[in-house]
Amino acid sequence: MITIERLSKRYDDAAVVDDVSMVVEPRTITTIVGTSGSGKSTLLRMVNRLVEPSSGRVLIDGEDTALERPHLLRRRIGYAIQGLGLFPHRTVAENIATVPRLLGWDGARVQARVAELLGVFGLEPATYARKYPHELSGGQQQRVGVARALAAGPNLLLMDEPFGALDPILRAKAQDDLLDIQRRFDTTIIVVTHDIDEAFKLGHRVAVMRAGRVLQHDHPARLITHPADPFVSQLIGTGERSLRLLSLLTAADAAQAGDAIEGPAVATTATLREVLAELVWRGAPAANVVDAGGTRVGNLSLHAILARGREAQ
Amino acid sequence: MNAGNVARLLVLGLLVTFLLVPRWFAPVFAPLNQFGAPAIYDQGNLLSLALWHVATVIAAAFASALVAVVLGVFVTRPAGAQFLPLSRAMVNFGQTFPPVAVLAITVPLVGFGQVPTLIALFAYGLLPVFENTIAGLEGCPRATLDAADGMGMSAGQRLLAVELPLSLPLILEGVRLSLVINVGTATIGSTVAAKGLGEVIIAGLLSNNTAFVLQGGLVTALMAILLYDAMRLLERRWVRGSQG
Repeated sequence: MITIERLSKRYDDAAVVDDVSMVVEPRTITTIVGTSGSGKSTLLRMVNRLVEPSSGRVLIDGEDTALERPHLLRRRIGYAIQGLGLFPHRTVAENIATVPRLLGWDGARVQARVAELLGVFGLEPATYARKYPHELSGGQQQRVGVARALAAGPNLLLMDEPFGALDPILRAKAQDDLLDIQRRFDTTIIVVTHDIDEAFKLGHRVAVMRAGRVLQHDHPARLITHPADPFVSQLIGTGERSLRLLSLLTAADAAQAGDAIEGPAVATTATLREVLAELVWRGAPAANVVDAGGTRVGNLSLHAILARGREAQ
Repeated sequence: MNAGNVARLLVLGLLVTFLLVPRWFAPVFAPLNQFGAPAIYDQGNLLSLALWHVATVIAAAFASALVAVVLGVFVTRPAGAQFLPLSRAMVNFGQTFPPVAVLAITVPLVGFGQVPTLIALFAYGLLPVFENTIAGLEGCPRATLDAADGMGMSAGQRLLAVELPLSLPLILEGVRLSLVINVGTATIGSTVAAKGLGEVIIAGLLSNNTAFVLQGGLVTALMAILLYDAMRLLERRWVRGSQG
């Protein structure tokens, strides 16, 4: 658990982060979303002390981070940034091995971990381990960046606009990968982004920042149904709020028991927004919900979907 | 073997042959002289002079590279940043102050011979390495340094594992520049009795022997070319595939 207590960062008289308190639950993804200059990156960088707070403190599992030497603290915390900052003079394997080597792992253990992570990220070790970053595509570099951040198995991973440089297709893929990774390693992740769609897609909790303050930090659905500030509703966009709400729920959440019906089949993991789009496209009033094994788990009617799009969560 | 290597070996072979058996080249230089003056330098061993020359240059370049890199690293650290203008002024002074004047000042202090030449070359060679070290360190991508800090490297680890390797191409280029400049500059050392190829040129000037002047000049020039080339090869070897 990450506890941020009355954290501020002032440069001269200007407060970049202004008296922020929030709690990040373990094994969840928290996204911090805001416009540029809202202080979201500075807030993130105070967690691993790349920026020293002017006042306030950060506790990780109850321990005050100010009591540990900064570079030792950072070895326990994964860190991935926009532009990745891969070391251009080191191979992919050497890049990934950075933190394990700093921690003094023995060679065999480092090698095994590098091979494991390359596998997890779909980069065949025999092909990619000895390549240099400039020999990789943008998407592959991005995966190496995240693999490097996870190399020493940190409980906490900080990501600053990690997908900012990717095109929309690679970006969607990277987001899905991150969700898988989080489930796989049970890591606590804090992601800073300026993209509200990304914040909603990734975040179990979303924090909205403006002018150094956290305006609201809550479940994404609560942000939509109970925005705490006009800026929050503006950011979410009133024209899209119902659809956003639907995209937070999956077919499994809303499926109703019943006999097989005439209509398309949708996966349990599909969001209600996707199911709605499918039904509109097919001109069908309802869909069959089918799990990964192909077993039918229930029905989902247009009416049931629409009800979820306005329901107070 | 490619054309570059062939040319390299030819130049090296020509130089070594000339230094080992200079009399073979007498017919080439004879037409430059009149009245039966010697066509080949005969007041000392050319090979030994050439070796002294190159050893002096390399020793001076090594010392100035070491000092310049250390100084460059220091002034780019937070603790040393305030010394940047001062260091830059000093290093620039070393370059603008004529080596001949350095000799004139140092001879009364340290006597004649190799030492004043080493001092002059040392001062003269600082600037390219110093400026290139700073340019290299300041040119490291911001995101890469941020990542190095974020991974938990200490300041020293970041310097050794990231900043210096990334600056290496520029630093080596500075060393190469400083070496080549000093191969030529070192000839003036002979005015204060340092052993080197300047001796041949000065002997030629004193006795109005064009052949001597040309021999001293050509051997110096060939050595400069070969050193330049050797440094290029070294750079390519040291700078790993990523930055070639």
